[in-house]
Amino acid sequence: MQTVVDLTRCQGYAQCVFLAPDVFGLHGEEGLLYAPAVPDDQVERVRQAAAACPVQAILLGEEVSGGAR
Amino acid sequence: MPDDLMDGRIVVVGASLAGLRAAEALREQGFTGSLTIVGDEPHPPYDRPPLSKQVLLGVAPADSTGLPMRRDPEADWVLGVRATGLDTLGQRVLLDDGESLPYDRVLIATGTRARPWPNPAEAALDGVFTVRTREDAAGLAAALDAGPRRVLVIGGGFTGSEIASACRERGLEVTVTERGPAPLVGALGGTLSKLAAAMQRNHGVDLRTGVTVTRLLGEKTFTGVELSDGNQVDADVCVVALGAVRNVEWLAESGLAAGPRGLACDAGCRAFNMYGIVTDDVFVAGDVSRFPHPLFGYQLLSLEHWGNAVTQAEVAAHNMVNPGPLRRPHLALPTFWSTQFGLNIKSVGVPTYSDHVVIAQGSLEARRLAMVYGYRGRVTAAVTVDMAKSLDYYRHLIETGAPFPPPPGAADRAIAAEIPIPSDVPDPSVLSHGPTVALTGYLPDRRLTVV
Repeated sequence: MQTVVDLTRCQGYAQCVFLAPDVFGLHGEEGLLYAPAVPDDQVERVRQAAAACPVQAILLGEEVSGGAR
Repeated sequence: MPDDLMDGRIVVVGASLAGLRAAEALREQGFTGSLTIVGDEPHPPYDRPPLSKQVLLGVAPADSTGLPMRRDPEADWVLGVRATGLDTLGQRVLLDDGESLPYDRVLIATGTRARPWPNPAEAALDGVFTVRTREDAAGLAAALDAGPRRVLVIGGGFTGSEIASACRERGLEVTVTERGPAPLVGALGGTLSKLAAAMQRNHGVDLRTGVTVTRLLGEKTFTGVELSDGNQVDADVCVVALGAVRNVEWLAESGLAAGPRGLACDAGCRAFNMYGIVTDDVFVAGDVSRFPHPLFGYQLLSLEHWGNAVTQAEVAAHNMVNPGPLRRPHLALPTFWSTQFGLNIKSVGVPTYSDHVVIAQGSLEARRLAMVYGYRGRVTAAVTVDMAKSLDYYRHLIETGAPFPPPPGAADRAIAAEIPIPSDVPDPSVLSHGPTVALTGYLPDRRLTVV
């Protein structure tokens, strides 16, 4: 699974950092850094983080698996 | 005939953020016809912002930033194939493999590419990079891993500054050259650019402003640069961060209003042809577009923003499958963010559309502030530094045309008593970085000066 955070929307509440510290981390006071590729054992935590995000900025989903023609 | 609009053949040219989100939105709207997405890169859509941040910091590998889908767009992906032309009369997208794709409606979302170093022989030296694609970032990350003695970054815009920040965080020596008076000045104006310069120097960046790089040195491998002030800087890695070029060349014969600023369209994302007549079946979204915005004098905006790619793609998709009276305008305010040197910088509105600024909350000394930009007595933009939670408030002021200086309640002190300071936005032609929001209309109070 892959995750992307809409950092236009993110306001640095950092709920995701508490719920999935292996994936999300603060960089400075309120900048968010995250690992876009979510390991299998972190998927449930990221799902919780996405649900808990006060501004609903986190998307978790499958990557497009298109091959070149 | 809304039923017909939900069927037929749609081709999306561009397989990055805007193309993917548009395709998802088309299905969400109920489009049941055939959907083909063409991309010149061999990869499925991936996210680019991490390439100058997480990837260079070693937090994530360059090939790990694939974008998650909101839903499967059930599309035919044509990847690693470049679109070479658009036959608007015959309704076909021409491809570089000799084939062509017929369409009933087409979405152009070909975005931008990194502006290359103008001398191709120098640009080809080992150790010279631009950062736009996954491969670019992987190459630069590997070069940084090798422990260069010094990295030279040409251009003090957002990308150049973020790369310099990542280098310092990794303990690498870095020199930034900027033709303008300070980093980020093209996007944020004079006051915040001074903060950006101070942050760079405090973090150990060797910042050279008011200079240009005149030559990249090296036989086969990059060894340094010559500057316009006569100095020479030795370095092992060079990052060319001179802004972006719109991918519009393939539209040269199409008869559409495409040029260096992008492909012009109306507020409903419908492309204009070269006569300024709006088309019915060619739509545009993302960095390649240029669209009018009523809050900024109906000037055409060219944006290089992640959020705009998403919202404009959604509006374009909606309008591709809905009849005229149900179509929506793309009126979202430009918004972007950048993290560098430990600071989170966020912007809403168009800071370059301004004549004065006030610091409404916080202070430069605290490295934490909200700056409000005004143009002829109206709030037109706001930039926060480590104060993102305030941004929505200022967004509301911009959207409602609030007076400038902003009214009581917009600040943590009585700013009406303060004298606004000039926003000091330079002519973009004097910079080696471009603003990521460009007003591309006619500005009567701005005269072009050749330097």
